[in-house]
Amino acid sequence: MSAPLVKLTKKDFVSDQEVRWCPGCADFAILAGVQKLMPDLGISREKIVFVSGIGCASRFPYYMNTYGFHSIHGRAPAIATGLKMASSDLSVWVVTGDGDGLSIGGNHLIHALRRNVDLKILLFDNRIYGLTKGQASPTSELGKKTKSSPLGTVDRPFNPLSLALGAGATFVARTTANDMPHMISVLKRAAAHKGAAFVEIWQNCVVFNDGAFDEWSEKDVRDERLLKLEHGKPLVYGKGKDKGLRIGGGFTLEMGAAEGAVVHDEARDNLSLAMALGALEPPWPQVMGVLRAVERPTVDQLAHEQEREAEKATKGPATLEALLQSGDTWDVVAGGDDA
Amino acid sequence: MTESAVPRPLVDIKNAVVRFAGDSGDGMQLTGTEFTREAALHGNDLATFPDYPAEIRAPAGTTAGVSGYQIQFAAHEVYSAGDQPDTLVAMNPAALKVHLPDLKRGGMLILNEAAFKQGDLDRAGWDSNPLTDGSLDNYRVIKVDFEHLVGKAVEGTGVSAKDASRSKNFYALGLVFWIYSRDTDREVQAIRERFKKNGPLAEANLRAFKAGYNYGETIEALAPYSIQPARLKPGKYRNVTGNSALALGLIAAAQKAGLRMFYGSYPITPASDILHELSKNRRFRVTTFQAEDEIAAISAAIGASFGGALGVTGSSGPGIALKTEAMGLAVMTELPLVIVNVQRGGPSTGLPTKTEQSDLFQAVYGRNGECPMPVLAARSPADCFETAYEACRLAIDYRTPVILLSDGALANGSEPWLLPDVNSLPKIDPAFTTDPAGFMPYKRDEKMARPWVVPGTPGLEHRIGGLEKDSLTGNISYDAHNHEKMVRTRAEKVRRIADLFEPTEPYFDPEGDVLVIAWGGTYGSITQAVLDARQTGIRVGHVHLRHILPLPNDLTDVVARYRSVLIPELNTGQLRFHLRGQLGIEAIGLNKIQGKPFHVSEVRSAIESLARRSQPPAAKEIA
Repeated sequence: MSAPLVKLTKKDFVSDQEVRWCPGCADFAILAGVQKLMPDLGISREKIVFVSGIGCASRFPYYMNTYGFHSIHGRAPAIATGLKMASSDLSVWVVTGDGDGLSIGGNHLIHALRRNVDLKILLFDNRIYGLTKGQASPTSELGKKTKSSPLGTVDRPFNPLSLALGAGATFVARTTANDMPHMISVLKRAAAHKGAAFVEIWQNCVVFNDGAFDEWSEKDVRDERLLKLEHGKPLVYGKGKDKGLRIGGGFTLEMGAAEGAVVHDEARDNLSLAMALGALEPPWPQVMGVLRAVERPTVDQLAHEQEREAEKATKGPATLEALLQSGDTWDVVAGGDDA
Repeated sequence: MTESAVPRPLVDIKNAVVRFAGDSGDGMQLTGTEFTREAALHGNDLATFPDYPAEIRAPAGTTAGVSGYQIQFAAHEVYSAGDQPDTLVAMNPAALKVHLPDLKRGGMLILNEAAFKQGDLDRAGWDSNPLTDGSLDNYRVIKVDFEHLVGKAVEGTGVSAKDASRSKNFYALGLVFWIYSRDTDREVQAIRERFKKNGPLAEANLRAFKAGYNYGETIEALAPYSIQPARLKPGKYRNVTGNSALALGLIAAAQKAGLRMFYGSYPITPASDILHELSKNRRFRVTTFQAEDEIAAISAAIGASFGGALGVTGSSGPGIALKTEAMGLAVMTELPLVIVNVQRGGPSTGLPTKTEQSDLFQAVYGRNGECPMPVLAARSPADCFETAYEACRLAIDYRTPVILLSDGALANGSEPWLLPDVNSLPKIDPAFTTDPAGFMPYKRDEKMARPWVVPGTPGLEHRIGGLEKDSLTGNISYDAHNHEKMVRTRAEKVRRIADLFEPTEPYFDPEGDVLVIAWGGTYGSITQAVLDARQTGIRVGHVHLRHILPLPNDLTDVVARYRSVLIPELNTGQLRFHLRGQLGIEAIGLNKIQGKPFHVSEVRSAIESLARRSQPPAAKEIA
């Protein structure tokens, strides 16, 4: 309806509900980051909706003073799709986790991405089931010992970035909850993207999978083990930005010096480089930031265009009466033929 | 037709039942639909029953691949597609094998003689040739070599031999048009329109149709029948299938409410035609969403309702099973939603193309937790419009998911529909809340309905979800007494809908020997059966329930006015169990689980047998 007259602050996005995550949970940082970001988006509060499924992450909508829908396990992308297609002027955010989004709701996630529904999808990845108390998740590393896998898991994990790219996502990014400035910058880019924006957020679970990302994202190792993607900049990393990734022989990436590194182009139409970067595993650096951002029409936009075309193509008035009377009709007149 | 010879005198009859049967590739559904349209436009009352296999093309010439289409058309009101055909068109030995047992003794049998070679007979499982072994002695047999005569008729049109052969269904149609002295002008137009992109094909089918018609004139064995228009209630009519009427009812409700309609669906027999019909009508602010699965279909519809649209999802039993968790979410969040179940034979994949009424338990009792929602059932193809409209109205008025039950026979069957006056349809007011003063997400109005707030409304930001709600704020509540209060409140909200029902007035006798209580697509057969049974002097009432939940408040009082109660159902007794559990009504069941509608005669004998007894039988089912 109307743009806010007064600039909102972070506080305006804090709901009256007590936050009930475990002390030390990285979800607090993500919540704070999102609440901090919201006033900068220039969207009035009533136009923002957070939709979630089930899991620790999915309690998120209760803590945002916007419209919110805490739904059922895995279905948030489907619910958000219906919401966005019915009310295209809303800013719709999906909060999900590695179990909710990649396991029970995997089908909805990939289809929301391939349809390019204009949703901002935040996947909180802690590589474990938290709310059900510590079972392996689809991003748990192979061989991981958990309550449901005391001998170690025997199933390979998904790489969320590869999955999103493979599903045709128009915006794919990764960030980590322990790097607030980076996280906010990535979320801001996602918010600005017109279309399905997929953001994997590394999120440490202090109770059931503590230290899952320490190897890469702790402050002291970050520079050497994470490669922060910047559009138009070479793919370099290391404390002195002295290392880089180049195209090697046989369609592969190669590690080497910074000089000669490939320049990152997030808008590249061809998927292969993004796929290669997203799928890097140790000892390669892990990529952080916006891996892909391309413009494509959104499903809600296309559906509304079709509807307008259908209206234009209608001969005569599109009235209910005309609809009911379409096709072959006949009249029965009052009797008089009783003879 | 201008080339007609001297017209033979017409034999005036009151009604006829015709069945077209052939291979699934023979175009029998089209042939039946074409004949039906002409009967409708002629002014006959009619009812149809299409019956086809689940396979698109089962092995040719086998009984597994036989597709049939039956129509009863009459100069008076008709309620069912008829028990036994007066005329059977059998395009091959397999069709004859499957359908001959149903043909009335002395009935007319039109056979494609060319299809009765030894190999054809073997494929259909005939030990000897029925054309020569006396199997058909009790019928009036018209043997026609369709292949030869159609081949001759289409000579010079330039179509291939295959296309020529494929037009033989129009030859059969032409012949049946002659037998029932139907006007051919509209059909000629329809054929031209259907094949307008292919001139030679249009010409071939047209010639096949005319040749079939002319064949009737040339064989002297036939006297053409005439069936006058029925004296139906005055007004404008169209012929409509249940699925079409249902789709139109949904659109009408959304239009009257001033809402966008969002239909989420995953393809499934026999519900897919609702998606197709709605997809053709996008201009009425209809969003159709072919989802990735059944769960996404309902979830997206719930999301749309949350966004202020009328969310609807449709499927058949197996798909509904997948939706049940989300149905619980709609109960918990108290959002308007309509869930359409076009029932088919179950369990599991069951009988996809056959009809059954076996999802009543699923609809009423099939969810986790205490999870009541209104359940409505349509009774005839045209009634699907009105029932769908009411389902939407209740969903919106009471902020609740509503289940709308149809079935395969209603979905594909058709009948003349007296078009409603758009202005006289009941009002539907979404009554969105926009005022922040005193707003609480779960504060209820006099109907016990909670506010419906569309995201985008300033000052009313709030959160909903599947966890138990505080009875006013809607915030998460694990409070013991609050939970009990909410469970009872949700049930009471649904129960109160019955307080606004019209009093239950049984059809026919208001008291007497037998009360027939039934629901859904059995309406036609039962109505005719009650009419027939009353001819014998017994007093029979008939209550056909639209509302399965909540049930009418006065049903027990009505039951008390009859000596016994009969509940005919196409299941093992689900309504009987429901009425006994909910209202303590004791009844005798007539139960058929064959994937087929009741024959009028089956229901009639059950009524008569029950009426003859001085006290109800000990068995729960009548044999």
